Amino acid sequence: MLRLILISKEEAYHICDKSQYCESTLWEKIKLRLRYLWCPNTRNYVKRNKQLTYAIKSSNLDCLHYSERKVIADRLNRHLKKQM
Amino acid sequence: MSNHLLNPNKWIELYSDYLFNYTISRINDREIAKDIIQDTFFAGLKSMKNFKGEASERTWLISILKRKIIDYYRKINSTKGQAEVRMTYSNDDNEGDWLEERVEDEGYLNALDTLENTELGDAIYDCMAKLPEKQATVFKMKSILNYDTEKICNELKITPSNLWVIIHRARTSMAECLEKNWFKL
Repeated sequence: MLRLILISKEEAYHICDKSQYCESTLWEKIKLRLRYLWCPNTRNYVKRNKQLTYAIKSSNLDCLHYSERKVIADRLNRHLKKQM
Repeated sequence: MSNHLLNPNKWIELYSDYLFNYTISRINDREIAKDIIQDTFFAGLKSMKNFKGEASERTWLISILKRKIIDYYRKINSTKGQAEVRMTYSNDDNEGDWLEERVEDEGYLNALDTLENTELGDAIYDCMAKLPEKQATVFKMKSILNYDTEKICNELKITPSNLWVIIHRARTSMAECLEKNWFKL
């Protein structure tokens, strides 16, 4: 039973990463929570990870989608070739 | 003596997202932002011979972009044909209250928030530029574009476990970088 609940540090980090994108399951969250209670490294990792997620969300960052970037790249390449 | 060189073949890969984020935070229209970036790259190609190498490639492109953004606003303002000037106080009774009201002014506070968000966005982009290319791509797709794991795996032809390893490395580097350059400021 204990083996089912106790997880390694690496697994805790992995679950924490998934949680930042709402992709961890309830069972995984419970296992992470248990490790969080006694492991300072996990606590530190969770804190930093949450801070990063918050920073990204509050910065309202935006970037080009793949298709949009490709269109601009193709046009620039055509322009470059003309100039050469 | 010139220290920096231009390499237009790398512009899209290195600067397109940074320029796009810079533009969208000031223009707020995706289509127009894309057009402006494209014009910036074209203008960059055209004036390559004027580049002295004193500034970095990115700074040089940003200076062109800024001019393009100003041109855009000039153009739409000349279309409107009017400038908007707001005068709040018209009588002597409430003169002197402006400072207190300014503190409470939501627009003013929002402007400060926007400024801070823009600076934070720049810091995030600076940190992302330090990541290896694949990590930066996966991180961007997952954290900024909010793509599904499956979609990223299909586009980049990687397995989900591979994706999470990349994400873990990228997030660790990003957190370290932001801790040095942003959180501790």
